[in-house]
Amino acid sequence: MNDKFLNGNEAVAYGVLLAKPHVVAAYPITPQTKAVEKISQFVQDGDLDCEYMHVESEHSAMACSIGASSVGARTFTATSSQGLLYMLECLPYASGARLPIVMMNANRAIATPWNIYGDQMDIMYALNSGWVQLFVEDAQEALDVTLQAFKLAEHKDVLAPVVVNLDGFVLTHTYEKVSIPASSEVDAFLPPIAKYDHIMSDEHPMSMCISAGNHQNQGFKQLQHEALFNAEGVFETIEREFSTQFGRAYGGAVDSYRMDDAEIAMLTTGSVTGTARVVVDELRREGIKAGLIKLRMVRPFPTKRLLEVVADLKGLVVFDKNVSFGYEGTIFTNVNSALMQSGKMLKVENVIGGLGGRDIPHHEIKSAYMNLIDKKNSKQVRFSDEEVTA
Amino acid sequence: MSQKLNVRNITENEYFYGHKACGGCGESLALRLALKVLGDEAYLSLPAGCMAAVSFIYPNMAFKNNAIITPFASTAAVTTGVEAGLRALGKKKPLAVGFAGDGGTADIGIQALSGAIDRGEKFIYICTDNEAYMNTGIQKSGLTPFGAATTTTPAGREIRGNINFKKNMFEIVAAHGITYAATASIGYLDDMINKIQKAKDADGPSYIHIYAPCPTGWGCGSEISVDLGKQVVDNGLWYLAEYENGEFKVNRNPDTFEPVAPYLKRQGRFKHLEESDITMIESIRDQKWEYIRNNWV
Ligand SMILES: Cc1ncc(C[n+]2csc(CCOP(=O)(O)OP(=O)(O)O)c2C)c(N)n1
Ligand code: SF4
Repeated sequence: MNDKFLNGNEAVAYGVLLAKPHVVAAYPITPQTKAVEKISQFVQDGDLDCEYMHVESEHSAMACSIGASSVGARTFTATSSQGLLYMLECLPYASGARLPIVMMNANRAIATPWNIYGDQMDIMYALNSGWVQLFVEDAQEALDVTLQAFKLAEHKDVLAPVVVNLDGFVLTHTYEKVSIPASSEVDAFLPPIAKYDHIMSDEHPMSMCISAGNHQNQGFKQLQHEALFNAEGVFETIEREFSTQFGRAYGGAVDSYRMDDAEIAMLTTGSVTGTARVVVDELRREGIKAGLIKLRMVRPFPTKRLLEVVADLKGLVVFDKNVSFGYEGTIFTNVNSALMQSGKMLKVENVIGGLGGRDIPHHEIKSAYMNLIDKKNSKQVRFSDEEVTA
Repeated sequence: MSQKLNVRNITENEYFYGHKACGGCGESLALRLALKVLGDEAYLSLPAGCMAAVSFIYPNMAFKNNAIITPFASTAAVTTGVEAGLRALGKKKPLAVGFAGDGGTADIGIQALSGAIDRGEKFIYICTDNEAYMNTGIQKSGLTPFGAATTTTPAGREIRGNINFKKNMFEIVAAHGITYAATASIGYLDDMINKIQKAKDADGPSYIHIYAPCPTGWGCGSEISVDLGKQVVDNGLWYLAEYENGEFKVNRNPDTFEPVAPYLKRQGRFKHLEESDITMIESIRDQKWEYIRNNWV
């Protein structure tokens, strides 16, 4: 192990270095740029022996990844925002063909208005793409989850592509101390990619990304759906192995903070979790039984785990860094659906904030919690700061 | 240099059969023959288009080779991805080949093609040009010639057929400084297969543009596709050429051209053309040949 002072982008790049992919194909976009630059540097310096494809677009970045992965190469790419939308067409190709590609997405606002700062609108467009969706809170987690993501994607019961989400700038550009595992230890944790039956090879020629008619198509989708569900359990096992080996644990698909006797809680995804953690400590000091739920996996949606965590709650506020125009925050929709399935009648509210990098101050998080008790604001879905400054 | 290929020495092995292409389909003939040259070591990438549609219908696969359908815009990207993947996994000389239609090449796929040639990797790209989007029902593409009626450029009362001219993919590709590029036609099979052999031997990106008549889209008998592929070269509306070592070369430079009218009149897509349209098509042909003779011969 060795410590470095890194931002989230660089932490992912170190994860990629240690994962030893065969092929990296990427196209720059703020705030992901530093990650692909750093990986290029590793390649140019001879530290990482891989085919680095300097593609002309994100659509091709994903298409090259599909090509490389279709012959069994371990493959990585990275993107953000408009780049993710541009490659969107290719995402279901990769997942439908069951290709274990790993991608980093630097969460960023979607134009227009143009804005390069972080929110999670971009990845919500990909929710139905068949990719496993993970979110991280800090740079250390970004590195660790990058390693776990390869193992998860390549697991025989999953075989689905995985996207690791980092909040733009808040995570991609802020520096912190990151512990970098030794390469030999990573090799023990993440063995070389297996040779799968469903990929193209000289020994067993294959037709891939085939067409399947009215009768069979649904069957393929059902198999894919079941495999994606497997990702939750496999992820938990992988995390346990990881923590045994590296001594760091993150709690699986749903992490909880001070939830044991909590009566009210907030559910967060990504970097805002850090602020919420501070607020929880403060509320606890004030005698309020507050807790925090950090959703680390959005697809597959960890319904069962979530229901266990909220079992004794009186009120829950879901913080969404996205909005589905004309409806509500997307995570809120998903959480509500899970609660409905359990028949649990819990007071749930939705706070939407941080769009286009808008500050999410401590007091807004706090008032979101307090509203569960005071009920000052009767709106079930509202923006964190109701003031419109356009 | 490999030996010259002809009908006698080309392999009897078949790598593409049981597909659902129409009778007389020029693209399927080009593909079948190309694979006889490329052999079973070739990894194929095909975008949406007739050839993908007729050959990957689960569970009846038509390719003996490894083959993958690509996103429509991404033939060249997937092809080079396959190549990079194989190389990274330790294969010495991977052979990755993209096959795309005219729409998949000249329109939606041109960016990926340009990018891939630019990266300089060794891959082969074969465009089978039937001059329209056939799989979606004969719409105009960037390679549809002047005058042709398609379902989006019908012979209307006001505008008769397509009023644009065919994009010149061969020269666009050559302008990249590609290692090897050529034009071919299913009407001149020996020439075509030897160019594919050259592409296979090339040490870098290569591109072959094959004229491939489509009876269904062109409104002609399925028994005349090969003949149309010959006639179009003989009347000068399609030329056989190569680009190699930075230079253009014309493979056939006839002293006189056959008239274009008989060729056009055999096809439903041109039947609305008037005398003046045909004269215009001939004059454009002559201008092009003047350029070719001045610059490439
Ligand atoms: C992104 C995208 N847009 C549109 C289509 C619909 N589409 C499928 S095949 C095709 C036409 C193919 O034409 P061409 O490339 O000329 O090949 P041909 O069918 O003539 O062989 C189109 C437009 C698609 N599959 N993907
Ligand atoms: S429509 Fe044309 S290109 Fe398509 S399969 Fe039929 S003949 Fe071939």
